[in-house]
Amino acid sequence: MTPDRLDATFAALADPTRRAILSRLASGEASVMELAEPFAMSQPAISKHLKVLERAGLISSAREAQRRPRKLEAAPLAEATKWLERYRRFWEARFQRLDALLEELQVRKTKSGRDKRQRRER
Amino acid sequence: MTNAGALMVTTPTDREIEMTRLFNAPRSLVFDTFTRPELVRRWLLGPDGWSMPVCEIDLRVGGKYRYVWRNDSNGSEMAAGGVFREIVAPERLVHSEQFDDPWYPGEALVTTLFVEQGGRTTVKQTMLLESREARDGVLKSGMETGVERSYQRLEEQLASMAGRS
Repeated sequence: MTPDRLDATFAALADPTRRAILSRLASGEASVMELAEPFAMSQPAISKHLKVLERAGLISSAREAQRRPRKLEAAPLAEATKWLERYRRFWEARFQRLDALLEELQVRKTKSGRDKRQRRER
Repeated sequence: MTNAGALMVTTPTDREIEMTRLFNAPRSLVFDTFTRPELVRRWLLGPDGWSMPVCEIDLRVGGKYRYVWRNDSNGSEMAAGGVFREIVAPERLVHSEQFDDPWYPGEALVTTLFVEQGGRTTVKQTMLLESREARDGVLKSGMETGVERSYQRLEEQLASMAGRS
């Protein structure tokens, strides 16, 4: 995929309504009317979002059928997800190290608290 | 090791990357691990084999921080720094970020929120870039760019050594 195409994909994914539309389409194709239903939005507003998704190559519409159902195009989404996933894995490795550090610090704190109490009791 | 929760990465707007992660610790402690140099250098590393020989933090508004990472196997280094813009311990931290050898254009503004619930802490870190291109650049290359570059260099050295023999 070209960098421009990837930019378009990320831009399309930036909006919560568009992400919701994609997750709806992940469970099967749907018409504009069906897609508009769960949102408090007019059909033209939904159509605008669909245009952005279509330009990014994330969805396509069947031209022949009257209701022109939209369907999810998996490839560009997978590409964008791959970048996000790589970034996520990099940070997750750091945060797992942080998990271990936080645990160590808490164990040390409990231990030193217990030592102090024991000293007082003596 | 307790892995409290999976890391979520999203792109809420064109210029942002947002990370959300839950930690099994009270927020005052989590805040310390983000702001005290002796703790930061224990976890804010690259992949295995990278250390953080420089980790300086002047924790006050207008104060600077500076990080240097080093690949101990081949000596390559990467450095970043910035200025603290807001500090509300242990709830909120805002700082700028810029790399010495920048792999994204301009400066980033990083906002970190610490929310405690039932002794556990959710950290939400939002990185705001100067442009969509810069944001996408961060996602596409990440810090791994530097890492990959050093591996490539190593591979090239190995290849040229193999060629000679």
